[in-house]
Amino acid sequence: MDSNKNFLVGVFDDEDVLMKAVENVRQKGVKIHEVYTPFPVHGLDEALGYRRSRLPIAAFLFGMTGTMLAIFTQIWMMGFDWPMIIGGKNYVSLPPFVPVTFEFTVLLAAFGMVGTFLIVSDMKPYKWPRQYDIRSTDDKLIMAIDLAANKYGKDEIAGILKSNGATEVNEKNF
Amino acid sequence: MITDERYEFKSETKRTLLYVGILGLVLFGLGTFLAMQGGSHDEGHAATAVTKNLLASAEPTPGGGEAHAEHHGSPLWLKRVFTSLWHHNIFFAGIGIIGLFFIAIQYAAQAGWSAPIKRIPLAIGHWIPFSGILMLVLWFVVKNDVFHWSHHDLYVKGADTYDHIIAGKAAFFFWPLEAGSFPAFYVLRLVAFFTLWYVFFTWIKKEMLQEDISGGVQHWLTARKFSAIFLVIFAVTSSVSAWDWVMSIDTHWYSTMMGWYVFASWWVTGLAMITLIVVNLKDAGYLKMVNANHLHDLGKFVFAFSVFWTYIWFSQFMLIYYANIPEETVYFIQRLRTAPYSWIFFANLILNFVLPFLLLMTRDAKRHASMLKVVCPIVIVGHWFDFYNMVTPGVMKDQGGLGLLEIGLALVFVSMFLYVVLNALTKFPLVAKQHPMMGESLSHHI
Repeated sequence: MDSNKNFLVGVFDDEDVLMKAVENVRQKGVKIHEVYTPFPVHGLDEALGYRRSRLPIAAFLFGMTGTMLAIFTQIWMMGFDWPMIIGGKNYVSLPPFVPVTFEFTVLLAAFGMVGTFLIVSDMKPYKWPRQYDIRSTDDKLIMAIDLAANKYGKDEIAGILKSNGATEVNEKNF
Repeated sequence: MITDERYEFKSETKRTLLYVGILGLVLFGLGTFLAMQGGSHDEGHAATAVTKNLLASAEPTPGGGEAHAEHHGSPLWLKRVFTSLWHHNIFFAGIGIIGLFFIAIQYAAQAGWSAPIKRIPLAIGHWIPFSGILMLVLWFVVKNDVFHWSHHDLYVKGADTYDHIIAGKAAFFFWPLEAGSFPAFYVLRLVAFFTLWYVFFTWIKKEMLQEDISGGVQHWLTARKFSAIFLVIFAVTSSVSAWDWVMSIDTHWYSTMMGWYVFASWWVTGLAMITLIVVNLKDAGYLKMVNANHLHDLGKFVFAFSVFWTYIWFSQFMLIYYANIPEETVYFIQRLRTAPYSWIFFANLILNFVLPFLLLMTRDAKRHASMLKVVCPIVIVGHWFDFYNMVTPGVMKDQGGLGLLEIGLALVFVSMFLYVVLNALTKFPLVAKQHPMMGESLSHHI
């Protein structure tokens, strides 16, 4: 974990005020590190200018891998490695392969998606998330601003946050 | 945002529908004429011998089913006309009833997002009485040709024509009358189902329209109560109507999945129809408050229930394929080995599963009207083929055809159906005025 990072933390009471604040703060050219809310706020992703996650693409690729793997495995096992006649069907007959293929597609897509998500979000064992303000898990909405990433000074940003409805502005160092 | 918006059924639209209907009638007449000449059946003959043998060996009563196939009165072309009429009527009856079912689902689930589009399924529900009357009349016209079980001599004990399997099912058709007489129970069900659907339709419609005038939540609550009762009734009636109108055509055969299968097919067709009408109304400048989020929900419905239909299709096919019991497999053998049915069998899966699945998979596809305008017609046409393959092989055996006759009749039904729906749409405001969930729906965001 990188050390000596200085953050300015704006605390908000109301999600509508926060939404407006996010827009105004970004318009002023201040880079927002992250916003933490105790409940989902609709439209916040767009206001923060986040691009859509590419996780569905990963899911599709993992799913396709599952489909291919399941079909290949079944054809190889049932048709070539150890041919068996079941129910008088051909060695390689597609209908009975469909349920297994379907389940394996879902399994790989789900596991792959969760794994990708954990890696991308840097969530690993013994990694503790930064806690900007514990009240963001209860009733406050938190806007964290990385001071090093901004050209403005501490007081200027604090002023901007205050003027946009922040009830408190605290400093937080990690 | 809430306006007193009304749909205007322009005379150009009416004229277009009229032309489509006339074109359909002309094609239908031409197709019937060609069928009378017997020209369109030649390609089927190569497969005939194979199928005949397979059917004969699979027939559970040797000398039963095949023997009395001969004395079906009408000539081949007339049978084809009857089959097609019946096929179209159950297909469109299904779309009509799904209009009411969609509304009932929205009320029972207390869904808010759908508030601005609920008037479209309401308009679609206006087809119910027409299809009911048509169904009753048609039944008496087509019964001897389409419904093999309606023949009296199948139930005469000791006769050559006696069929102990069909006789075993006699009570389902004829109760409380004697087997082979008037199918009282069957006709009673037909009438009762449409009456029930229509009664609930008028009740729920009354509450929806009354709400525009007097407001408040009471109308919404009453509509929810009716919807919940209707859903229970529909669960039974949709299934039984599938046995009655579709499965009883193949009288010897049965599948416990058929009720769900027909429902799934109706439901996804109805959803595609609702989506298509919403998208087109939006294009014409109506329904301004319907945005990408609402389209996204409709798209998800079409996507999800295309997959649901496939799941039901596969569940039915898989069990019959694996168990390999002749009296069950006959259904698929008939459809896989005979001319137009075999390619429709696979086209069915491509149109109703592969294409909607791939085309509507991404989020953007569901949110854009242009993609929905491509996929919804595919789904509707696909399920038209689906119903074709459910109805036709049982009646026409290996003599079935797909040509101008069927396409013409489809155009006639489309123009009638759209006329009734669009005409109904002019009778009330296009968007509910005092719907208690309108606010929620206007800020709908997914």
